[in-house]
Amino acid sequence: MMLRLPLAVACFSLALASPATTWAAPSDGGHNAHRHTVNSFWGVSLEEFEYRYSDSDDEVAVWDGDAFFGSDELKFRWIFSGEWEEAHDAFESLENQFVVQTPISDFFDAKAGVRIDTPEGPDRVYGVLGINGLAPYWFEVDSNLYVSDEGDASIDLDAEYELLLTNRLILSASLDVLVALSSDREIGLGKGLSSTETGLRLGYDLIDRSFSPYLGIVHERKYGDTADIARTSGGSKEDWFAVVGARLMF
Amino acid sequence: MGKYWSSLILALALPVWGQAEEYNLSVDRVMIDTGGFVKEGIGYNGASPGPVLRFKEGEEVTINVTNNLDEMTSIHWHGLILPFEQDGVPGISFPGIPPGETFTYRFPVVQNGTYWYHSHSGFQEPAGAYGAIIIDAEGREPYRYDREYVVQLTDKHPHSGDRILRNLKMSADYYNRQQQTVGDFWRESSEQGFLATLRDRMMWGDMRMMKADIEDVQGFTGLINGKGPEQNWTGTFEPGDRVRLRFINSSAMTYFDVRIPGLKMTVVQADGNNVQPVTVDEFRIGVAETYDVIVHIRDAKAFTLFAESMGRSGYARGTLAPEEGMTAEVPELREAPLLTMADMAGHMDHGDMDHSSMEGMDHSDMEGMDHSSMESMDHSSMEGMDHSAMESQGNPDPFYAPGSGLVPAAANGGKFLSYADLKAQKPLYEEREPTREIELRLTGNMERYIWSINGIKYEDAEPIRLQYGERVRFKFVNETMMTHPMHLHGMWSILDVGEGKWNPIKHVISVAPATTVYMETEVDAPGEWAFHCHLAYHHAAGMFRKIIVEGGPDESVKSLTKAAEAQDGGES
Repeated sequence: MMLRLPLAVACFSLALASPATTWAAPSDGGHNAHRHTVNSFWGVSLEEFEYRYSDSDDEVAVWDGDAFFGSDELKFRWIFSGEWEEAHDAFESLENQFVVQTPISDFFDAKAGVRIDTPEGPDRVYGVLGINGLAPYWFEVDSNLYVSDEGDASIDLDAEYELLLTNRLILSASLDVLVALSSDREIGLGKGLSSTETGLRLGYDLIDRSFSPYLGIVHERKYGDTADIARTSGGSKEDWFAVVGARLMF
Repeated sequence: MGKYWSSLILALALPVWGQAEEYNLSVDRVMIDTGGFVKEGIGYNGASPGPVLRFKEGEEVTINVTNNLDEMTSIHWHGLILPFEQDGVPGISFPGIPPGETFTYRFPVVQNGTYWYHSHSGFQEPAGAYGAIIIDAEGREPYRYDREYVVQLTDKHPHSGDRILRNLKMSADYYNRQQQTVGDFWRESSEQGFLATLRDRMMWGDMRMMKADIEDVQGFTGLINGKGPEQNWTGTFEPGDRVRLRFINSSAMTYFDVRIPGLKMTVVQADGNNVQPVTVDEFRIGVAETYDVIVHIRDAKAFTLFAESMGRSGYARGTLAPEEGMTAEVPELREAPLLTMADMAGHMDHGDMDHSSMEGMDHSDMEGMDHSSMESMDHSSMEGMDHSAMESQGNPDPFYAPGSGLVPAAANGGKFLSYADLKAQKPLYEEREPTREIELRLTGNMERYIWSINGIKYEDAEPIRLQYGERVRFKFVNETMMTHPMHLHGMWSILDVGEGKWNPIKHVISVAPATTVYMETEVDAPGEWAFHCHLAYHHAAGMFRKIIVEGGPDESVKSLTKAAEAQDGGES
């Protein structure tokens, strides 16, 4: 029963997405040259594409990005992220989300779909309901409710702010918070506020906005039961990382 | 057979037209070298811009357009009054010109002045598919000059149109490199106080709007007749000459502020129609507009023709000189303007088109306004207005919102042309009361890069239906923060500057942020016409309408229309 929910969401997503796939890429000159307006688009971006060096000498490759196509009204989005630990040659996390996204206000979109986690260790499938957009004072926010095939629910909230030191040298601050509404010990998740990741990255737009290398620091912290679970399995409650990477957008 | 009939009927119906001239244009892939970068583009007869087409008022022209591209193309004769099947808008006037085929345009030339032509297909126009049209007057023109030059401006960008629109959709500020920085904050703080500056930033941040949002697409190189600033297009003259400069703004996105330091310019024509001469130091040319100016040059020296973009992110430069190779000093770009709360007013007043934005406003924005915005408005924006706009100008341009950051001022402190200065030399129509008014709100969502009319994009919109013979008063209400050059095909746009029958006759009406502008149109051209914002990416994002003129003129015009249809069928 619990497995069916996300699958149903996924099917719903695909059904919703199909109208948007009446796909005329703007580059399809022959077809597009005929239109007055362009109604579908695509894009790929990697907000984070970096290597992290921890204060305990761990090395982790991290990526977080998405690809979309669709119209102003409806987009199909693949959101992907992962962490690959050099020491264990293993994916500490590996997430793929497939969602449909539609505007609900001038600045915010709602999204629904499915998230599939296939890291080292137990896999999970989640149904996803979320919103993302631009909050007042230029905060980019993204928040989701996840319900897993084990029946556990969690909420995450990501916020990011960009400070323009110059028009190309940009300091971005980010905060990701994960709250579990029930615990899922198998994947190391305790109930309550479970973890935060805070980052500060100084980037430079080298080629337009498509290639922006950055340096930064990231602080990861686990709380409550989640921290306890991490400690008993030999992990740490808190990590500091120096990061080097690039923001990409095509 | 169809051709035969159409010529016959034309000959019968319009016996006054003279010689038929024939022109050939090929649509080709070309390389465009701006001096800064080289990019493949589209041109006519192997070059961009294409050749200057010189017509004569009263003749009938035949233009054979051969498509050498591997995609559909079209040519729209911008500002020309002609049968709608000849207007060149794919999907509205005709099906378009398939690859490898030749389409023959044929129409009588019923006007004179400076116009231009461009592709109306996809992003071929920003890619270089444009050229100038000069139509010599049948009678004598009310001014004289010794020589003339076309000065065709454009904003060549290193990215393709498809890529630009895609980038804007991903991130509306993708090309904006004039955003306010931390440095600007501290600079402003030291001038106006920390709290005032903070309040100002909070207010704009609360609305999620940017003061620096004047030019969507920066990073272009301004060209004059296809030449970049370094390549320095040069027009030569003999000292003592009166030189007529036919300015055409063929940019995809860029308004230019044009001046020739050391010379006064007498504006004699706007959008192809003679105006009562007005002498200025500088003028702003909206996208797709044309202005003809006459400069009287007495000195045997070089003069720089300088066209700064309205947002000061780029410029075009050329030279007028007694001989090639001479140059004059090239001015520095002036400081970039910033929008003020006055430019936001339209958005604030009318942002209530749908529930979502209304809510957003009630809960956060309006409150924010009461407490902080209004105060900082008084302190910064309004003051700014008093000092810069009201006092120094004496008479702020009524075609900008009072206190707007966009109100232009001449670099030398002299006269800057306003729409309010334009008066028709000779009224084209009898003055009469409009039969009705149609309100068109210019709308959009900046963050999503969606542009629309009355909140509806082209793809979702019903055509606007007009009745043949009526005189419609269009009321443009700009609820966005951008300036929109609105272009009606096929019929004249009589801009209301409050001068009654002397109101100027145009084909593009530029509507500044938070302003309401009226134009009237004598609905005298049957058929289906395009009507849109001429900014390439606003148009492509949905700020576009089809206009259908219903009802018929007299029989002769009807048969003319039929003949043209028959000809269309025969050709394609």
